[in-house]
Parts: sequence; C-alpha cells; structure tokens
Amino acid sequence: MTNIPIHGIGIPGQLPHPESPGDWKRYFSFSTDHKVIGIQYLVTSFIFFLIGGIFAMILRGELITPEADLLDRTVYNGMFTMHGTVMLFLWTFPSLVGLANYLVPIMIGARDMAFPRLNAVAFWMVPVVGTLLMASFFVPGGPAQAGWWSYPPVSTQNPTGNLINGQVIWLLAVAISGISSIMGAVNFITTIVKMRAPGMGFFRMPLFVWAVFSAQIIQLFGLPVLTAGAVMLLFDLTVGTAFFDPVHGGNPVMFQHYFWFYSHPAVYVIILPIFGIFSEIFPVYARKPLFGYKVVAISSMLIAVVSAIVWVHHMYVSGTPAWMRLIFMLTTMFVSVPTGIKVFAWVATIWGGKLRLNTPMLFALGALIMFVFAGITGIMLSSVPVDVHVNNTYFVVGHFHYVLYGTVTMGLYAALYHWFPKMTGRMYSEGWGKLHFYLTFIGTNINFFPMHYLGLQGMLRRAASYAPELATWNIVASIGGFLLGVSTLPFIFNIVISWMQGEKAPDNPWRAIGLEWLISSPPPVENFAEIPVVISEPYGYGKSEPLVAPSQH
Amino acid sequence: MKIRHIVNFFGIVIWLLVVALISNWIGKQAYSWLPPQAAAESHLIDDLISFLVTLGAFIFLGVTGTLSYSITFHRAASEDLSDGPHIEGNIALEFIWTVIPIMLVLWIANYSYQIYNQMGIQGPQALVHLHNPLGIESAYAATGETLDEVPPASPPLENIHVLAQQWAWVFHYPEKHVTSTELHLPSDRRINLVLESADVLHGFYVPAFRLKQDIIPGHQINFQFTPIRPGEYRLTDSQYSGTYFATMEAKVIVESPSEYQKWLAKAATNKFTPAPNQAASEYAQTMHDPVKNGWVTVKPAAPPLVNYPG
Repeated sequence: MTNIPIHGIGIPGQLPHPESPGDWKRYFSFSTDHKVIGIQYLVTSFIFFLIGGIFAMILRGELITPEADLLDRTVYNGMFTMHGTVMLFLWTFPSLVGLANYLVPIMIGARDMAFPRLNAVAFWMVPVVGTLLMASFFVPGGPAQAGWWSYPPVSTQNPTGNLINGQVIWLLAVAISGISSIMGAVNFITTIVKMRAPGMGFFRMPLFVWAVFSAQIIQLFGLPVLTAGAVMLLFDLTVGTAFFDPVHGGNPVMFQHYFWFYSHPAVYVIILPIFGIFSEIFPVYARKPLFGYKVVAISSMLIAVVSAIVWVHHMYVSGTPAWMRLIFMLTTMFVSVPTGIKVFAWVATIWGGKLRLNTPMLFALGALIMFVFAGITGIMLSSVPVDVHVNNTYFVVGHFHYVLYGTVTMGLYAALYHWFPKMTGRMYSEGWGKLHFYLTFIGTNINFFPMHYLGLQGMLRRAASYAPELATWNIVASIGGFLLGVSTLPFIFNIVISWMQGEKAPDNPWRAIGLEWLISSPPPVENFAEIPVVISEPYGYGKSEPLVAPSQH
Repeated sequence: MKIRHIVNFFGIVIWLLVVALISNWIGKQAYSWLPPQAAAESHLIDDLISFLVTLGAFIFLGVTGTLSYSITFHRAASEDLSDGPHIEGNIALEFIWTVIPIMLVLWIANYSYQIYNQMGIQGPQALVHLHNPLGIESAYAATGETLDEVPPASPPLENIHVLAQQWAWVFHYPEKHVTSTELHLPSDRRINLVLESADVLHGFYVPAFRLKQDIIPGHQINFQFTPIRPGEYRLTDSQYSGTYFATMEAKVIVESPSEYQKWLAKAATNKFTPAPNQAASEYAQTMHDPVKNGWVTVKPAAPPLVNYPG
C-alpha cells in the first residue's frame, strides 16, 4: 500500500543493484535485503541448533546410568542450562524470525521490510548473543547453572564472587536477545499493517502472515516484562539490590511472574508461525483450499490474546493461592479451543484431497500428529491436581519436547524443504529428504515418548542422577537422542549438495498459489519488478481464478 | 445414494465405538504407569489422570485415525495433476468443532475442580508470611473453616517441621523433640508439615503421594495430606536448588501409628550425631581431586545434627 515504486527498475534480473542474488559474500555482510537477512538468521540459528543438540546428547549420555558418573554435577547443570537457552534464544526464535523475514514481505507483495536497517541490526545481535553465551564457558566458574528459568535465589548465589560470571553474561545475553526481538516485532507489525500490496486486505493475507502477525504482537507486550525481570535480577546479582532476595525483604516468587508472563506466551510466539506453516503446506499438497480460512486466521489472534493470561500454570506449586490456580487452569484449558479449531481445519483440508507425500508434506503431517499428542498432554498438565504430581518431572520435559522438537523443529524442516527451491533456485533430493524425515520422526518418539512414563513415576527434570529402577526407559530415551543427532546428517548433506549442484528449480515447482510462487527462484533483489494487484482470496485450489491482476505492461 | 449415506453413517458410528473401546482400555492402563498409591490424595489424582488419558486417547485416535484414512485412500496418482474439490469451509461443521471443545474444556475443568476440592480439604495451602508465623494452634484454626466439612471422625493433625537446605532434608517432631533425616509418618492420620527453607527454593515431592509444594525462603508453608499405605518411599527435591540438587533425597517411612510412636520414643533417647550427607561427601571428594573436572560451587551446608540419621 505504501510501497513506493522505485524508478528505473523494470526487468527483473537486470537490476542495477550492488547485491546480486548469486553472490555468496553478501551473506557475510551487513545486508539490508530481507531475503539475505532471512537466510542469515536460518543458517546462524541452525549452527546453534547443532551446538544445542551436542549439549543434549551430552546430557543424555550422563542419563544412561542412574549415577552421576560421566560429568561433574556443575558441568551437567551448566549443560542443561545452556541446552535450553541455546535451543530457545538461538534456535527456535531466530530460525522462525528468519523464515518470517524471508517470506512475509514477498507474501504480502512488498519489496522489503518496513525498516531494512533495523532488520539488519536485529539480526546482527543474534551472533552477539551466541558469542556471549559460548564465551561464558571460559570465564571462571563456568556458564550459568541455574536453568533457563534462572530462578533466584539459586541464580544470584554466585559462588565465584566475581563480578563477571556465567550468570551475569547469561542475563546480558538474554536482555540483548530481547531487544533484538522487540526490534523485529516492531518491524514485522509495521510491515504487515502498512506494506501490503493493493488488494491484499487482511482477510486475503496468507495464514503464515496472520500467524507471524499474532506472534509478533505477543513479543511486543511480553518481552518488556521479561527484560525488566532480567535487568532486576542483574541488579540483584551485581550491585546488591534486593528485588528478589528474601533475606533483605525481596520476593523470589515475583521473578517467576516476570519470567513466565513472557516465557509462556513465548511458546505461542514459537508455535504460531508453525501453525502458519501447516496452513501453507497442507493446501498445496492436498490440492484443496484451507478449510475455514477466516476462522483459522481469527483463532491465531485469539491464541495471542488468551496466551497473555495463562502464565501462572507454571507456578501452581510455587505457593500460589487456590483461586489463582483455578482461574489459570480454566484460561489455560481454553487455549485448546482456538487450537482445536485449527487442528480440525487442517484435518478437514487434507480430507478428500489429492495428497502428494513428498518431504515437506511428510514433515508437516508428522509434526501435526505429534502436536496433537503434545496438546493432549498439555491439557493434562493444565489440570491443577495432575500438575501437582507431574510438575517439574520428565512428563513436562516430554510434553514440551513434543512441542519444540516434534512440532516446531519438524514443522520448520517442512518449511525449509517447501521453500528451499524458492530460496536457492535449486531442487533438493527427495530420497535424502525422506530418509531425514523417517530418522527424525522415529528418533523424536524414541527420545521423548518414554519421558512421559518417567515423569509419571516421579523422575525430576534437571537431575543428573535418578532412582535406579528408572534406568531402562532412560537408556531408550538416550538412544533416541543419539538417533536425532544422526538424523541431522542427511539434512545437512542434502541442503549443502543441493544448494551447490541441485537441479535448477522452476518458479513454481509445487504448482502452489501465492505471491512468492509468481516470481523467479531465487527472487530478484527487489522481489517484484511491479507491485502486484491481488484480486482473489488465497488458497484458490480447485478454482481456476488468477491471484493477481494481469500486468499493466 | 440414500443407502450410501446409511452405510457411511453406520461406518462412522462403528468406528467411534471402536475408538471409544480402545481409549477406555488405555485409560485403565494409566494406573499401572504410576507409583504405588501411598496417600489418600493419590487415589483422587490417579482417577483424574485415568479419565484424562481416556479422553486424550479418544481425541488422539480420532484425529490420527482420520488423518491415516486420508493418507491411505486420498493419494493423488502420480500423473494426476488436477486439484481436489474446492471446499472453503462448512459453517455447521466449524460450529460443532468449536462447541464440542468448549464443552470438553468445561467438563475437564469442572472435574479437576471437584478433585481439587476434595484434595484441598487436606491439601496444599497458600503462602503464610513469616512475620505472622503460624503456631501449631493457629495452623489448626486456619483450617477451621474447611474442618467443618470434614467428617467428625477425622483424626487430629500430626505436626512435623521440615527444613530444606542445600542439600539436605531435616525433619523435626516438636512433641518429642526428635530431629531426623528420615521422614517417619503415621498412616491414616492427617499430617501437617510446616515447610521452611534455609537458603533457596526447594520443592517437597513424594511421587507415591502425588503431592508437591515449593518451599520458599522466608516463609512457612503448611502442607497437609493423609498417608494410607505403610511402606518405604522416596522424598525428592522438586525445585532445582543448585549443584547437588539431584542428591537431595530422603527416605519416607509410613508406618502404623503405634509403630510410629515407638519409633519416636526410641529416637528421642538417641544422642545427636551428624547425619550422612551425599552432597557434603561428594563436595569433600572433589576438593581432594587433583584434577578439577567441574566449576566452583556453592558449599553444601554442614550435615545436620540429628537423633536419627536413618
């Protein structure tokens, strides 16, 4: 809408622009092209995904035996703290921001994000966060060891007595990551509200854009609270304030409120774009319109709203009064209503379609099945009496890994395969992609399914040693963990080889409907030589109607 | 056409019945996934878990069964490049699958609330500030309102103080002035634990009781339940409390009231000795290691002095 046509640009491919799409060096530069930034995010976060995965395999190595015999306990504690931190702040958030960065401007018919320089600054903070966290392994006392929650008073105990310690660096890294995400949120919301192509009304936006829109609204209201909590904790730790110090009149439970007020909605920041990916992928490979488009779009917004009033379900046993427990039980359970609407809509989309089970579709279907499972254990956890038993046990660990690995990581793989031809101009190998899918699907279930039983038996998360009778299922889980490590190899192999010498991709290899499939693969620097005029609804499968008005030239 | 509709209808009904039967069976299995039921509360929570597993299995099998049918029978032939039917939605269907989850949620929430209320009579209490400490008398009075609802046969409270510290559990029985690192509880009597922490957050958790409560430094928290099954169980620290968190365990012995009284009387005659403490001994060992494999840690508190180290 506020796209200003750039004069002197007519034919794609002959743009007088310093950054040509084929030049790899631009990926290492302060580029302001949203597509370059998107891929910078994706590659950086994938590297950290591998690092976080190595941490996870070290943890699973320790847990093969009931005794703490592989690592010193401080090292184990540092490992699970950094595993959680890296996986959340350096893998799931930035990878999804990267995907959104790449897709949102093209999907709404814009040439770039609203604030390209801000976009680049927000990205370059991610390597800073990563470097800080990795550097914290080398300071005296090692990295933060208080878990990714960093609950005081454990997080403020500081046994080294140094001003510069792992926990201080951790808090700085989290604050920087928060600032980067707030910048991203401002940019995404502005872009989606102000830069849609003519004819692209809100109810013509692809659902991925709706999902990103909802998720970024959560970032805007939630992140300031977490960042404030982190800064107060930093002050407690460094300059001796007592916001959360019970000895000097502070309240440690208050930190839990600051933390979860953001960190529960953060789960929806992560899962909503994955819902968006499902809504994009199922119609393409089922050759049917998305079932109930408007309801699905609105349900994203509903999830964003309800997500703001559920955080206390993480604190049922933190000395929370009964009225609070019961109110938050009800609000938490109500999240399942808009979520259920989406699940049923996807199932109805697939039903009676003409399915093609290539790699992106397999990953999306696998992720949907695991999400249904995770949703059911989530409802169980929201029930106060059940949570009183399984809170802080492996039941919770199993639940959120079904969300974060089974759904988010698998959904992201689906997206990476689906848009790989668009991003790189090359086709990936189906055979390697399917191998990757089967290894990931089997590995995820072997790794995380036994955790539910372990949790019901009372095995606690964050424990380096456990009751000997629980050894069998821990061994199974560890085997699954190592299998997941192996499962990344065919993916890396496939992506690297295909990017270098894969078959050239056509503009629209999947016969998909969407603005991104109308431009070349990879897209020209300015995306659209001429801003398209959208004349119909998205997902018009089974109806021969053009998406955009014929070019005026 | 009419016959096809009837066949479809019966097909769906039979399928739903099969899914319901399988879910019912899975729900019954849920009891075997749980530790022994050592407290009155365990029965309540296990029933709720079994109910949720049944309902969850029904939904999971319903959704994945439908998906599997599609994946099996709705595949496109490799040369078929046509689209599926252009169906944008169905208001009636969308209405149904909005209303049914709302009803289910209300059902689950109501059932959970009922269970919670039954537990709450004996169960976890909210924070009480330390500057207004609750003695034994007022703790009894504080639950006075709910006591009215308890059957008159309800036995009196057994008060035990629990101190959590990095990394040990210390139990104090005020009546006989016994201090122990093993938690002895009389069965079939209501227990009132007064939970306190000396340093950081801890969590009182006995999986066999299905009960958990965080312990917050600077506060006394009353925590009530009723053990019903004599035996030996494990108390763990459920809130991460630093380096030796995983070692912070204690034996829980539920025994008949008479055995319990005997134990108390005997323990009261014992001299105070330092209790064995895994955190302290592991810490001492790492101090002696010539090669440091870990990082500097908070020093464990001195092993507590107790009459009964267990």
